[in-house]
Amino acid sequence: MKLKTLLLGAAAAFALAPAAHAERGADGEVKLTFPQAVSIMNPYLTGGTKDIYASSLVLEPLAGLTPEGVLVPKLVTEIPTKENGGVSEDMTSITWKLLPDLKWSDGTPVTADDAVFTWKYCTDPAGGCSQATKYEGVASVEAVDPSTIKVTFSGPKANPYTAFVSALSPVLQKKQFEACLGAAAPTCTDPNNMPVGTGPFMVTGFTVNDTVSLAANPNYRDPAKPAFATAVIKGGGDAEGSARAVMETGEFDYAWNTQIPPETQESMKAAGKGQFVVAFGTLVERIEMNTTDPDPALPEGERATAKHPHPILSDIKVRTALSKAIDRSILVEVGYGAGGKPTCNVIPGPEGWASDNEGCIAQDMEGAKALLDEAGWTDSDSDGIRDKDGKKLHILYQTTVNPIRQDFQALIKDWWTELGVEVELKAIDPGVFFGGDPGSPDTFQKFYADVEMYANNSESPDPESYLGQYQCKNAPSPETQWQGENINRFCTPEYDALYATLATTTDIAARQDIAKKLNDMVTKDSMIVVPLVHRGTLSAHSNTLGGVQINAWDSEMWNAADWFRVK
Amino acid sequence: MFTYTLRRLLLAVPILLVISLVIFLLVDLAPGSPMSEIPLTVPPDVRQKMIEALGADQPVFVRYLLWLKQFFWIEPMTLFDHWFGTSIVEGQQRILSWQSRSPVFTIIGQRIPQTLTVVGTAYLVGILIALPIGIYSAYRQYSFFDQLGTLFAMIGFSVPTFFSGTLFIIIFAVWLGWLPTKYDTMLEVTDWSSFMQQVKQMALPVMTLGLANAATISRYMRSSMLDNMQMDYVRTARAKGMREKTVVLRHVLRNSLIPVVTVIALGIPSIFGGAIITENLFGVNGIGAALIGAIHANDLPMVQTLAFIFAVLIVLFNLIADILYGLLDPRIRYD
Repeated sequence: MKLKTLLLGAAAAFALAPAAHAERGADGEVKLTFPQAVSIMNPYLTGGTKDIYASSLVLEPLAGLTPEGVLVPKLVTEIPTKENGGVSEDMTSITWKLLPDLKWSDGTPVTADDAVFTWKYCTDPAGGCSQATKYEGVASVEAVDPSTIKVTFSGPKANPYTAFVSALSPVLQKKQFEACLGAAAPTCTDPNNMPVGTGPFMVTGFTVNDTVSLAANPNYRDPAKPAFATAVIKGGGDAEGSARAVMETGEFDYAWNTQIPPETQESMKAAGKGQFVVAFGTLVERIEMNTTDPDPALPEGERATAKHPHPILSDIKVRTALSKAIDRSILVEVGYGAGGKPTCNVIPGPEGWASDNEGCIAQDMEGAKALLDEAGWTDSDSDGIRDKDGKKLHILYQTTVNPIRQDFQALIKDWWTELGVEVELKAIDPGVFFGGDPGSPDTFQKFYADVEMYANNSESPDPESYLGQYQCKNAPSPETQWQGENINRFCTPEYDALYATLATTTDIAARQDIAKKLNDMVTKDSMIVVPLVHRGTLSAHSNTLGGVQINAWDSEMWNAADWFRVK
Repeated sequence: MFTYTLRRLLLAVPILLVISLVIFLLVDLAPGSPMSEIPLTVPPDVRQKMIEALGADQPVFVRYLLWLKQFFWIEPMTLFDHWFGTSIVEGQQRILSWQSRSPVFTIIGQRIPQTLTVVGTAYLVGILIALPIGIYSAYRQYSFFDQLGTLFAMIGFSVPTFFSGTLFIIIFAVWLGWLPTKYDTMLEVTDWSSFMQQVKQMALPVMTLGLANAATISRYMRSSMLDNMQMDYVRTARAKGMREKTVVLRHVLRNSLIPVVTVIALGIPSIFGGAIITENLFGVNGIGAALIGAIHANDLPMVQTLAFIFAVLIVLFNLIADILYGLLDPRIRYD
């Protein structure tokens, strides 16, 4: 027994050895490749994940999130909670304590003023800050003393960990960005491309949409880290090329977002140079049901609005039948392989927040047919297509141009045809579909189709703002210039009422309970949203890169300071 | 000749203005929005603010006039300021990319060297391969070599670069492991080993593009040579007892080169235009990759500026080809 413990201890010591003995810059260069090149290193002026991830090597928030979705202090001594007095009893303020002797990469001290400035920077109405939601409900940010930051909310905030949390909301250096407030923000090319940060690396060279060169930050708070002296992020090409450069030729150490077909994944793994890693966040590929009538015969301004309920899909039996006919496991196998799993939830994670709803996983063609019969849709003229009151069961099914989505469309069309539904497919350029141009008939918000498929996710583990989408008031309509996130025009007072209680509930278990109920209301109880696949982000890293812990809640490079070369 | 050139240049001004307006309207009217790549988690009101900050909500003619001013006044003057240390347009808004918020001309300046080295070398390599093949194929028409040359040209014509490029990657990078698949734009050639590295990383894209270029030019060369071989002056030259080498390389080749030079000159703007597919495939990240990236992101200022520069180059090289034609062939005079 003793010997065993001793051996285990020795083994553990050896396992930890490379990390423990490492010193800053001892491991040379780490090379990353992104299929989409980095455009800018300031996450407040971009929505692109590629930019946010790249900047996370340089800029840091006060607190980050672990792969489990748990808060972890970055620039602060501890996570403020009610228990340690960091969060006020009434949940209207949160106080962060900066680490002592914290320095920017240029050697100047990090102070609470920098955080105050960052808040001003992002909330300036002329600045066009893309992360403004992170600061929503923040009444003020003050520097109580040089190392104490107090964030006051305009009311009780159930989830106070939004501002300065995760790679979406890092602290900027006041000195560098002072001249870049408001309308001047986009013109500050140098600060935007080469921000001074506190992270393990600092930018040494930046070519737009091509390469970011980085070097270890000499003032990083842990003197032994990062293990790499330099880092390079090369962008461009496609997912397959990036994956190949890591998995087959070994030119790169890490490739982000290598979403490639399952059979290609397998053949690349066979080369033995690297491995794929998947992070499951909340990204769900889903079919959204239109509750309003998109009939082109209706006058513009009334088409696809709440004035005209959908003639077919208003019946829950039809919606349920359409969901039952789908075999989600086959979809995963065809489209995503290791990068996906079947799901019935809009909120598929993190654990604790996800409902145990699994009723949709098994395909039930007979049950679906029976439901349609029950709903009165029968094939009275035996042409293979069901009809009711002289109207054919015809569905227009739209999505974006994307090879996996077109595969999904073809498969689902087959199943629905078997069910006796006539399916018309439509694929729209993603730039138009997601472009939100109110003049275009093809945006996903306008929803001039019966069902549409795309993916969406919650950006934080706490899905409060994400669930807010399905409130009545968020339905796109001509009055809102077709903006709004409730694209199904789903509207029930029960949902809105329950959602309102979420904002005031502070107890985590109670919040999770409400979130699950809300999830069920839009999925299994109403079949307004038909989730298909819980999608992960698939990345690849070489076998010689150690310390990678892929993360869906924060930047994938959240722990780049701990990466090392396996020797 | 001089008045002709001057007349053509003056005529180019209204043509280019019309082209710039057409491009602007085309790009602007095309569906899509600069916000289409922003994740859905960003709510509509924040998107609206972002569009306003870009100036993308301004009416189209305001944006067009602003772009004209930026392109024809601010940008050249910025260069002037940079060279002579003056500050004529200091602090004035340059053409900024919507996607990266960097000045468009800075991006072009970063991109041009890669494009010129890789695509330019490929063009040069293509010409150097094509001319001998074309000449010899014509001289020995229907010989085994000619058939081989035709086969080569047909392959070059019909195999798209995304296919040949991927094939080269699999053979030379994955199986043999000789060459890298991703172009390192930061590589500086300082010594022998970095030079070799540069040669290695250029090999695959140059091969891919060179094959396609050589195919086209070799066919032009061959047919032009064949036309001239039938001419009376060739028979005269042979009758005078000239050596075969002199007949082919001095008499026939010189005359055959006239149309080929025009074709080559007209192809030069395409070097600056970059090679969208090949650049993307090998991560060369030149102008072509910049253009396609900007189109994807609906980055109007970038697309507009690049497309207009291409238009200028095409008009310019058309003129150069015409002038070269006159210089090479004394029979042609424009005055």
